[in-house]
Amino acid sequence: MEFFNAFAKYIPAFIDGLWITVELTLISAVVGFVVAVPLVLSVLYGNKFFKGIAKSFISVVRGTPLLVQLFFVYYGLPAAGLNLTPFQAALIGFILNSAAYQAEYMKGGFLSLTTEQMDAAYSIGLTKWESIRYIIFPQAFRFSIPALSNEMIYLIKYTSIAYIIQVEELFAQAKYFASDTFFHLEIFLLIGIIYLILVYGVTFASDWLEDKLHISGFDVSH
Amino acid sequence: MLDSIVFVFENMPLLLKGALVAVEITVLSILLGMVVGLLVAILRLYGPKPIQKFMKLYEWVLRGLPILVILFIIYFGLPSVGLNIPAFISAVLGLGLRSSAYQAQIYRGAIQSIGVEQVEAGLSIGMNRTKTMLYVIVPQAIRLSLPGFTNEFTIVLKDSPLAYALGIAELLKQGRNIIVTSFKPFTIYLTCAIIYFLLFHFFYYLFRKIAEKYEVPGYIMSKKS
Amino acid sequence: MSLLQLKNIKKSFGSNQVLDGVSFDVTKGDVIVIIGPSGTGKSTLLRCVNMLNPPDSGNVIVDGTDLTQKGVNLSKERQKIGMVFQHFALFTHLRAIENVAIGIKKVRKMNEKEAHEKAMYELERVGLADHKDKYPAELSGGQKQRVGIARALAMDPLLMLFDEPTSALDPELIGEVLTVMKNLAEEGMTMLCVTHEMGFAKSVSNEIIFMEEGNIVEMGSPKKMFENPDHDRTQSFLHKISELYGGE
Repeated sequence: MEFFNAFAKYIPAFIDGLWITVELTLISAVVGFVVAVPLVLSVLYGNKFFKGIAKSFISVVRGTPLLVQLFFVYYGLPAAGLNLTPFQAALIGFILNSAAYQAEYMKGGFLSLTTEQMDAAYSIGLTKWESIRYIIFPQAFRFSIPALSNEMIYLIKYTSIAYIIQVEELFAQAKYFASDTFFHLEIFLLIGIIYLILVYGVTFASDWLEDKLHISGFDVSH
Repeated sequence: MLDSIVFVFENMPLLLKGALVAVEITVLSILLGMVVGLLVAILRLYGPKPIQKFMKLYEWVLRGLPILVILFIIYFGLPSVGLNIPAFISAVLGLGLRSSAYQAQIYRGAIQSIGVEQVEAGLSIGMNRTKTMLYVIVPQAIRLSLPGFTNEFTIVLKDSPLAYALGIAELLKQGRNIIVTSFKPFTIYLTCAIIYFLLFHFFYYLFRKIAEKYEVPGYIMSKKS
Repeated sequence: MSLLQLKNIKKSFGSNQVLDGVSFDVTKGDVIVIIGPSGTGKSTLLRCVNMLNPPDSGNVIVDGTDLTQKGVNLSKERQKIGMVFQHFALFTHLRAIENVAIGIKKVRKMNEKEAHEKAMYELERVGLADHKDKYPAELSGGQKQRVGIARALAMDPLLMLFDEPTSALDPELIGEVLTVMKNLAEEGMTMLCVTHEMGFAKSVSNEIIFMEEGNIVEMGSPKKMFENPDHDRTQSFLHKISELYGGE
């Protein structure tokens, strides 16, 4: 079919696009996590000031659309003097967005632990932050793994939005291809299949990971 | 600062027009998602095996695809096979069908968590299957679905700006139009964000009120008798 | 004339033959208690009577109508049979009075006022008139079960089926349910009960059926079954149960 001939010529471009998608997803997920940890700790254990800031940040990010956040970073910030490339803007937008959601998911993980755990930690002489670090956090993290892997899957799908702020990730490549060759239906179906493979590949991998990390009796909340 | 605020007020009518479009898209998509979602849930629970499998595939595909891909297939792709769907309807179709896959899960979960005993009790006092469905299962399923449904509503609301990519003049596009002539992106996008934030909380509060009205003691906790 | 006739009821689940040819008759006013080891098919038998689990073969004849025949309007026939469930099965989204009234409103098509009056009557009968506006989650186990009984009674059944009505209750709540059942029996209700409550069996029932492995081993009056049964198995089972659940 002519479609596949045309597609073959574009494969390098699609690979570039795929690579950017992967980069965006992984970096946003990981850095988002790193930012999420102090956020969730502030919300749960911080003093009034940090707690307030963290809560406001999470509330605002989760209460506004991702696209608006991306537009704000890419088009809005330059007016305040900060000029970013599309990729940089997208990265910042996704990192902040993901951080807020991951903080919220981890909060759930923390809250499912009972106060008994903290009590037990104190009773063997650990300070507040030591208790959090060695006792609470490792458990809360395990509880959060399903939600966190969902977040990764969410990112794979939503990096396609970066297309709108000119990032040349996988979906953007599909649009360029369609504009050039007019094979709209074919390419978007194909790209859909590729996304499905990515999404369900990660789902499968994270289920496998969850199995491996499983400690029997752990899901029962103590 | 003050002239920024004045500027925003001057452009408010245009922005509010866009906000209205955003709400229209959201509500219509959610309604479509509800109707199709219920159908899919019921077919998957009570339909013949091949249909069950097909519904599972439907859910699987629509939940795994990025929303932009769905929208573009409908709006840009279907014309290739002769189906020219206008932008607004494409947006509602895309968001609605995707939502139906998530809503189907919500309704399925709600119905399944209602114990078989409830149906038996209905039958035992002489209700036929339809009456049991209508007076015993559905009222309970609605209450159980409410949290998930509220969540899904906010998700669709937050994805509605993607209709921008199809050229629809919803809130974000209106914002962009203003910026193109006025060059105040920071202010305008900030305002857009605030409007969405307010919309989000308005609907959240609305559903909360509805939930409180129909709340029944002990509901979220146990489903046993 | 027999209110209920069970003829050669057979039922299996997969390779497990749960009921292997059970037959007996129930006359109006009978209070029959079915006992036997767990898993013997006692509950299954009860659920065959109102066709919640239709038997694989055999006949269930209620008030002259064979429910196992094709073309029988089961919903209509089920109105004649009331069932009380082990785990109460109250409609969790309805208040107590609404639970009792919903059958007569939606199935019998009574108007609001009449349905309300009837529902109140039944709630008073089981001693729960004060709790009419409470939701199931706000009631104790014993109260829930009594509402379940009122709900079944509201349909004016000819026959009441009790499927281990007190097994899910805390000990101190069992008494209130047994009292209601005793009163019902004294009023002349025809009752078929699966239960371990030997005190009830001895003092209220007029017939005890002992089942094991899908068959009726023996049946007879309480006096006979407790003091002079034909089978050793009957004697040893009754003895063990009385020890556990109290025979007096």
